[in-house]
Amino acid sequence: MKYSIFSLLRNSFSGHKNWQPAWRNPDPKPEYDIIIVGGGGHGLATAYYLAKEHGLKNIAVLEKSWLGSGNIGRNTTIIRSNYLLPGNNPFYELSMKLWEGLEQDFNFNAMVSQRGVLNLCHTDAQRDAFARRGNGMRIDGVDAELLDAHAVREMYPYFDFENPRFPIKGGLLQRRGGTVRHDAVAWGFARGADMRGVDVIQGCEVQGIDIENGKVVGVQTSRGAIKCKKLALCAAGHSSEVASMAGLKLPIESHVLQAFVSEGLKPFIDGVVTFGAGHFYVSQSDKGGLVFGGDLDGYNSYARRGNLPMVEHVVEAGVAMIPALSRIRTLRSWGGVMDMSMDGSPIIDKTSVHGLYLNAGWCYGGFKATPASGFCYAHLIAKDEPHEVATAYRLDRFRRGLVLDEKGQGATPNLH
Amino acid sequence: MLIPCPHCGTRPVEEFTFLGDATVTRPTSLEPSSMDAWMDYVYLRDNPRGDYTEYVHHSGGCRAWLVVKRNTDTHEVDSAVATKTMKAKT
Repeated sequence: MKYSIFSLLRNSFSGHKNWQPAWRNPDPKPEYDIIIVGGGGHGLATAYYLAKEHGLKNIAVLEKSWLGSGNIGRNTTIIRSNYLLPGNNPFYELSMKLWEGLEQDFNFNAMVSQRGVLNLCHTDAQRDAFARRGNGMRIDGVDAELLDAHAVREMYPYFDFENPRFPIKGGLLQRRGGTVRHDAVAWGFARGADMRGVDVIQGCEVQGIDIENGKVVGVQTSRGAIKCKKLALCAAGHSSEVASMAGLKLPIESHVLQAFVSEGLKPFIDGVVTFGAGHFYVSQSDKGGLVFGGDLDGYNSYARRGNLPMVEHVVEAGVAMIPALSRIRTLRSWGGVMDMSMDGSPIIDKTSVHGLYLNAGWCYGGFKATPASGFCYAHLIAKDEPHEVATAYRLDRFRRGLVLDEKGQGATPNLH
Repeated sequence: MLIPCPHCGTRPVEEFTFLGDATVTRPTSLEPSSMDAWMDYVYLRDNPRGDYTEYVHHSGGCRAWLVVKRNTDTHEVDSAVATKTMKAKT
């Protein structure tokens, strides 16, 4: 059923009793052309674009838990394309363009809200770096505005501009950045893929990968063996575990990142703002809660929960930026497992095993990339060659010395 | 998460800085043929879910380097010994 004002009216008159499930719940078939491992945002987007852009039908998405139960369900919903490196930003800008047309494209309300992403700067050197990044963005055709302190004050008068240690000197604003309703992204892609014949199979954990003569032939799952011609891994957070089933060792470590939601407030912050002197970023959800987060805890973890020192650190940074936050109560905090790659950039590539594809290493930037990740991964799987904006995301870039290190930190996953 | 520093006793996690996997070995050769070994050392990680051995710096305490055994799934810390002691054993 196509969602529209008419379908809403029709169902209103019948008391909302006749809505149909948004997707089927099929049993796995014995064989598929393409199997995607991981029913999160990226996996579902990949299935959607494989079906829509490349006309492929015989596809399954295998999800060990329920649909969208991974990081698509626990991120802080921010979208932006304010990267610096030439190998990176055209990809994120493609993602931004896809976000802009996404709701019409997959006929689902994902509440895409381009409310602006503002990065604050606190020193002259930081302002110079932002000017450089803004220019880099403009070269790639992305909107970027360098604001002075006065312009920032017009937007957010209650920030601590005169903070003696971290005075706010200005900021870099991307007006097209913003937030998206994260769960609806998974649901929209799942529904769109399902409508085009993709089997989205929940509660089906991949436990082994069958390889014969260097070629993928199928997977062993909690619901039996399934054959396939192509296997696409898309399990960020647990990529190392899944890839190890095929004997691959990845340049990735799993780390925990925490995020927080406050009690509901009246409209307080209308955009997304990041603090430049510590790691803190905040936006306000449509329900009124402030959604905020900070840096990784810093140690390897699969636990989906962090420790208290990082909670304290994030809140300290938040209060240094907005003193009024000290009176707000936090409702919830949670942790997610991040695929931290060795250079802080993702991998979308073929592997040494024939027919095995890898989409991994999204660090904590995977949500904003969801549509482009699916789009480029689908292109790679369908045509066996990388999409033109994803040519830098090769798995062998580490060996060839062509790392994409946006932050310039080196091979230190916990510092990206 | 509490870490039993052999010098300072049991201390909270915020005093420590984590370097990462302590099972990788730095190659000694600088020959181009040792490329694979260097690739392994610098970039590739087992990234296990469960028991993990890592280098940890007690940066907010005695500033000694430690080898900590910890579970990455439960955050349970098994042991922490000084790097020197660890090296002497092997």
